[in-house]
Amino acid sequence: MKLTLRVWRQRNADADGAMSTYEVDDISPDMSFLEMLDTLNEELILGGEDPVAFDHDCREGICGACSLVINGDAHGPERTTTCQLHMRSFKDGDTIDIEPWRASAFPVVKDLVVDRSAFDRIIQAGGYITAPTGAAPEAHATPVPKPDADFAFEHAECIGCGACVAACPNGAAMLFTSAKINHLNVLPQGAPERETRVLDMVAQMDEEGFGGCTLTGECATACPKGIPLVSITGMNKEWLRATRKSGKR
Amino acid sequence: MTRTMWDSSVGKKTVMAVSGLIMLAYLVVHMLGNLKIFFGSDEFNEYAHALRTLGEPFLHYEWALWIIRVVLVAAVVAHAVSAYQLSRRDIKARPTKYVHKKPRASYATRTMRWGGIILGLFIVWHILDLTTGTVHPGGFEAGHPYQNVIDTFSTWYGNVVYIVAVLALGLHIRHGFWSAAQTLGVGSRTRDRAFKTIANVLALVLTVGFVSVPVGVMTGVVS
Amino acid sequence: MTAEYADYATGEPVADTKAPSGPVNERWDTRRFEAKLVNPANRRKHTVIVVGTGLAGGSAGATLAEQGYHVVQFCYQDSPRRAHSIAAQGGINAAKNYRNDGDSIHRLFYDTVKGGDFRARESNVHRLAQISVEIIDQCVAQGVPFAREYGGLLDTRSFGGVQVSRTFYARGQTGQQLLLGAYQALSRQIAVGNIEMHPRTEMLDLIVVDGRARGIVARDLITGRIDTYFADAVVLASGGYGNVFYLSTNAMNSNATAIWRAHRRGAYFANPCFTQIHPTCIPRTGEHQSKLTLMSESLRNDGRIWVPKAKGDQRPANEIPEDERDYYLERIYPSFGNLVPRDIASRAAKNVCDEGRGVGPGGQGVYLDFADAIKRMGRKAVEAKYGNLFDMYQRITDEDPYEVPMRIYPAVHYTMGGLWVDYDLQTTIPGLFAIGEANFSDHGANRLGASALMQGLADGYFVLPSTINDYLARNPHHEKVTAEHPVVQEVLAETEDRLSLLLAVDGDRTPDSFHRELGELMWEFCGMARTETGLRKALERIPQIREEFWRRIKVPGTGEEFNQSLEKANRVVDYLELAELMCLDALHRGESCGGHFREESQTPDGEAERRDEEFSYAAAWEFTETGQAPVLHKEDLVFEYVHPTQRSYA
Repeated sequence: MKLTLRVWRQRNADADGAMSTYEVDDISPDMSFLEMLDTLNEELILGGEDPVAFDHDCREGICGACSLVINGDAHGPERTTTCQLHMRSFKDGDTIDIEPWRASAFPVVKDLVVDRSAFDRIIQAGGYITAPTGAAPEAHATPVPKPDADFAFEHAECIGCGACVAACPNGAAMLFTSAKINHLNVLPQGAPERETRVLDMVAQMDEEGFGGCTLTGECATACPKGIPLVSITGMNKEWLRATRKSGKR
Repeated sequence: MTRTMWDSSVGKKTVMAVSGLIMLAYLVVHMLGNLKIFFGSDEFNEYAHALRTLGEPFLHYEWALWIIRVVLVAAVVAHAVSAYQLSRRDIKARPTKYVHKKPRASYATRTMRWGGIILGLFIVWHILDLTTGTVHPGGFEAGHPYQNVIDTFSTWYGNVVYIVAVLALGLHIRHGFWSAAQTLGVGSRTRDRAFKTIANVLALVLTVGFVSVPVGVMTGVVS
Repeated sequence: MTAEYADYATGEPVADTKAPSGPVNERWDTRRFEAKLVNPANRRKHTVIVVGTGLAGGSAGATLAEQGYHVVQFCYQDSPRRAHSIAAQGGINAAKNYRNDGDSIHRLFYDTVKGGDFRARESNVHRLAQISVEIIDQCVAQGVPFAREYGGLLDTRSFGGVQVSRTFYARGQTGQQLLLGAYQALSRQIAVGNIEMHPRTEMLDLIVVDGRARGIVARDLITGRIDTYFADAVVLASGGYGNVFYLSTNAMNSNATAIWRAHRRGAYFANPCFTQIHPTCIPRTGEHQSKLTLMSESLRNDGRIWVPKAKGDQRPANEIPEDERDYYLERIYPSFGNLVPRDIASRAAKNVCDEGRGVGPGGQGVYLDFADAIKRMGRKAVEAKYGNLFDMYQRITDEDPYEVPMRIYPAVHYTMGGLWVDYDLQTTIPGLFAIGEANFSDHGANRLGASALMQGLADGYFVLPSTINDYLARNPHHEKVTAEHPVVQEVLAETEDRLSLLLAVDGDRTPDSFHRELGELMWEFCGMARTETGLRKALERIPQIREEFWRRIKVPGTGEEFNQSLEKANRVVDYLELAELMCLDALHRGESCGGHFREESQTPDGEAERRDEEFSYAAAWEFTETGQAPVLHKEDLVFEYVHPTQRSYA
């Protein structure tokens, strides 16, 4: 396959960026999208040019590092992570636009690499259960109904890649935040911090400069782990409940 | 609690949802009242008068109406201010646009924003036209709403403005009602279809109901 | 040069002086009681550096911070949540005996020592088995959503190499869920200011002052700034070194720099040749392949492994009739069948492929067939159990595993070797601790499935936080080390020079091209089967590649910016040295055991033959100079409870 790539190049956070055009040849349809970029980078290095910087690590769809907007879609045309996208999803002769996640809360570090530490700070605000090591009761002391355990797991699957933010026209982090809140709030272990968790995490999410939800559903469409849009509804419900309860205290 | 509500993006959405639902409830009643126009001028004018004597003898003349007006104005203001602030926040959150554009992404958001602005302007015109009569075509007569309505819908622009606004309203309700359900946390996977259906039915019924009046005037059913 | 490097000297034996004697099940209690404690009020004054945020590092950082220590923690990823523990799929073992199927701490201990082919320490393994039950409690309390049964209790499944059902799991994402639990605990401590977290910061060297580990040199990957950080103790939780092979199931950026630099500064490196080749990975598709993807071993619970009986059979799998298929694991190992330990399953796959019976492109693959499972359990049940793995397989290969059998082939997955540590998990450099995959301690020559997560969390949540107290209490470090210290200046200058040199060569080969060349060499000569001739060939070739590297490497850009090529090149520098040690260790260990298979040492029917009388020891290597022979220190292994027998899974 022969492809034309238009790639966002930006030297660092303070520099201006622009799209640059590259041609790549001999691309196998069995290559992953990132292996295609590896091929480009090998050529760039040997040609004395700066290779394209992009985040990647596990390359098996679980670490959440990879983060490319491909032809306007976060993680590209398939519902998966960029690293699990294969070149068989494209046609010989295609022109492919590759851009970084765009959000003011995710400033560009270099080329296609962005700073997603805002997500870490949202978790730090309350995305945990306080259970210091050693203080745990016997694991079977509190049975958890299977539907609740499954519900928690489905939301815990979030890999924190940020595709939801990249896809949302408002750059909102509601899907990410709601996934963690739903995961922890449904569990009996998460009950003691149920209210503070949602209030603090939502406040931090606002603080980071993410937009609000207009329920376009773009986040859920882009999510490689299939976190559903209704997750946000669940968070809203938890937030209202917590606001009511904290008002009474 | 009020502070949390107003300071949070989720809280502001709640304000929008609640104020939107208040306006929606009003619109249903308003639309039903409008339909009385098909039963002749007496019944329609009588209905308009009844609105002013609503709650008597417990309430003084027009008090009920003013209470409703105050609540509605509060709802409109809360809805608009929240929308404005949230929109600004949303735009600020995505300062650099993607080079590769995807139109579908912002469809719902765009229709809500532009639809909202259209509806805001329409409300002003609608009040100046049929409540105060300031911009009414022909002689506005307080207490004779039947004739006033016919006057308005006898002009081409009156029909155009009204019909465009009602269509915008339909689209607004279609996304807005479902959206409010999600914001208020009552949506769920199992109820999602139900809420979407209710939203569509509400949007359709209100659109048809409201549009029937100018159509009635235009076709001469109402004269 | 080769002759010199392979001509290693044998130094004094090394002994684990920290493990108490006495009954094995009381040793951990005894050690905890004998260990000195640090007054809670004084803990704040102690700084501990933790490198890595995987299961071991994340849990250690969180727990040390909870205890009141000031923790300074590093990871090269943009967030501590992305450490490669996240990719572990199958599960975590614990001797809970919830199934009432005869499991016990002693059985887990026994299985692990036996599974490790009698090359692990009994004291350590027993402690691991004891702690396993606490780990599950801890993780459940943190909200880890383990799979549950309808009654609301935890579900378990069985895993390769054992006959009890003791593996707790969260669909095919157990590592992810456990890591997020540790990450969340870590986040909580970051929020309250007990942990100073440095993401996108890579450790490049260790600072040893007066014989004690006192800090590290690290590079901010965004700005390129190289800085020094100081502490009273340094904990390495930087994972394994499987990426020496270029193609492995490790993350692309997982690397050996932290442990290799520590080794160069004096920490012994133990059993470097013990690498685990995982039997169930997706075969490679071509030259462009950048990494290999593992399919959880749990697939072997219901999938059946086979190849055609005839050599070079090119028919599609579905057209090969039942009686022309060879379910070779079930045939050779009737009692364990498809559930034999990883090393055995991997080697068996290699053997049938070497016989010319492999399937798929290049004949480097065997079938893992779910047709029977689908018939027996129904497609729905198979989907519920393995759906995400099947999806992943289909995405990568474009084949539907519900319709045609999966193709699998072994790939480098885990390294049992690592920095030598004593019972306290302390290396031979006082104040330097190594936990998780970075150390060598618990798995011997082969790791059982679902035991890596167990060990990482045992080390991080429970062992290190207990043992590090003893070191800190005995070494209060009243004198502060500062950046002006001559030793610090020297280490910093060395690091800066190394990076400058990489940038200055301006040759004509990329870091990846060298890495790939080294990896292919290692896979061929130090992979699933090793011979003296092959290893000697590799030992001759590695210094040549290294020499060429420093002549022809090309790294674009500068050191004062985000420069992924520079990061990569610097990691390859260390692989090029570590590879040599791995080959030497493999050469010196003239026996077969676990993941280390020497063709010269096998039974008549081709099974690994251990030679306990000669090799019942852990080989701890001391660094001398690059390219110069290291010194071997042996730690004799004593088996009081589990008596070494030739492993049999037949």
